[in-house]
Amino acid sequence: MSMLETAHENDIELEGACEGSLACSTCHVIVTDVNYYNKLEDPVDEENDMLDLAFGLTETSRLGCQVIASPELDGIRLALPAATRNFAVDGYVTKSH
Amino acid sequence: MARGLRLLSREAGRLRLLLVQGPTRGFSASAPEPLHVCIVGSGPAGFYTADRMLKGHEGAQVDIIDRLPTPFGLVRSGVAPDHPETKIVVNQFSRVAANGRCSFFGNVTLGRDISLSELRKTYHVVVLAYGAESDRSLGIPGEDLKGIHSAREFVWWYNGHPDMCELSPDLKNAESAVVLGQGNVALDVARILLRCKNELATTDITDYALDALRGSTIRRVYLVGRRGPVQAACTAKELREILGLKNVRICIKETDLMTSPADEEEMRNSRIQRRVFELLSKAASVHKDNNCNDQKELHFVFFRRPTRFIPSENGSTVGAVELEKTALKGDEVTGKQVAVGTGEFEDLKCGLVLKSIGYKSLPVQGVVPNVKGRVLSSESETAMVETGLYVVASILEDNKKSVPSDSKKHGRTGLLEILEQNNVHFVPFCGWEKIDSKEKMSGQLRNKPREKITTWDGLQKAANE
Repeated sequence: MSMLETAHENDIELEGACEGSLACSTCHVIVTDVNYYNKLEDPVDEENDMLDLAFGLTETSRLGCQVIASPELDGIRLALPAATRNFAVDGYVTKSH
Repeated sequence: MARGLRLLSREAGRLRLLLVQGPTRGFSASAPEPLHVCIVGSGPAGFYTADRMLKGHEGAQVDIIDRLPTPFGLVRSGVAPDHPETKIVVNQFSRVAANGRCSFFGNVTLGRDISLSELRKTYHVVVLAYGAESDRSLGIPGEDLKGIHSAREFVWWYNGHPDMCELSPDLKNAESAVVLGQGNVALDVARILLRCKNELATTDITDYALDALRGSTIRRVYLVGRRGPVQAACTAKELREILGLKNVRICIKETDLMTSPADEEEMRNSRIQRRVFELLSKAASVHKDNNCNDQKELHFVFFRRPTRFIPSENGSTVGAVELEKTALKGDEVTGKQVAVGTGEFEDLKCGLVLKSIGYKSLPVQGVVPNVKGRVLSSESETAMVETGLYVVASILEDNKKSVPSDSKKHGRTGLLEILEQNNVHFVPFCGWEKIDSKEKMSGQLRNKPREKITTWDGLQKAANE
């Protein structure tokens, strides 16, 4: 089960506009502890392409739909960014909210 | 306690809001004060605004109007047919439309069926989220020759927008097409021109466009940008996809990939630009097997800006684009690198030109001065913020009428009265659902997700069946 699915199961508001198809960045999560971040498999190119567009990208950002729960990740804490971005105009840079 | 809350939230969404706001609140007998909101435009901006309003205000009653009978704006008419995952968001938007406090009114045109001042008298808040449906023009000679279209027109054509279904672009008069611009829309139109037609046959591309593309003689597409690969406006996903197209040879000049210190600085500050440049560099150095003459070509042309369109022998259709070589110069004010002409020219032969250089909004009645989305009463420095009127993007409006007094707003009932008076046959969300059903059924017969209904008459008829 991905973190996106887990969030929905627990009524946490994590948008997943493309429902896990790697076509948006709305399920962007920030792994608060870099040790947990390093336990995760590297993102594939397609995930990195979507992370390029994520609002408030950090060094430990991932897409929630690509982080799969496992015993190894027990205790992982994920922070949700202040906003998400979908369907932005090419080259548009948002001013901070 | 937490489990109890979760069970309640599944049964009755609104109750949960009341419970979590504090133990003293309890189950209030009186309904919350209604906040009547009208959003003009049912694309992503409109629907995301509606979603936030409904979640943020218990009493919000949100009406979304759109001039088309179909909702979703660019998700339906802009996103390319071969990008179905990007359209999945309509599921989310449909859930918003299904909310009891939200209503969709299709086939209602602001300015024709209802005026902005009528809306402001009827609603506490009006949000203009109708996007930019007009095109920037280059302002160069020959721009009105046949065979020159804006990318928006071409996209609306293959996506079945009822305003463009009759465009009939000529795809048979030449081997080369020039696309001006290198953003994602430019890549979309280039890709649709070059993609293997069998791959398009199972998408929601319109039948008439698929037919025209099957008969197309275009085998070479040029993507022309004023600046360099570091400044290309497209993003990695779309670039990666087009560089990997079957049977298409990618042509990029290695000399265009030389970077200046200013370019390096730009890439240091932008992850997107860095990754796009890396993809273009890699593509320039890979030499695909030149196995057969059938192979199509995609050329990335950098540092060229169009200066005029040259007619072909018949005098009325475009035959070539005159391009001026450019160089990058730092702009003192903005700090950005801008393209300046060098006085060296060359011609690029083609039979089709698609301009993908950006958009403009259509005016409601003039110019809308605004500060961070809150509309100002005029352009003067001492302008007051207009109560209850917001714009999502810069949209033009010039409402010189006085601001209506804060009398009672009737929201939806008020809107229905006005539409009735003006004899407007609006399309409710269930009308769209009929169109949706019909399109999906027709699509099934052709192994496509849907076969779009592309005429105004057809859409209105299907909505009322």
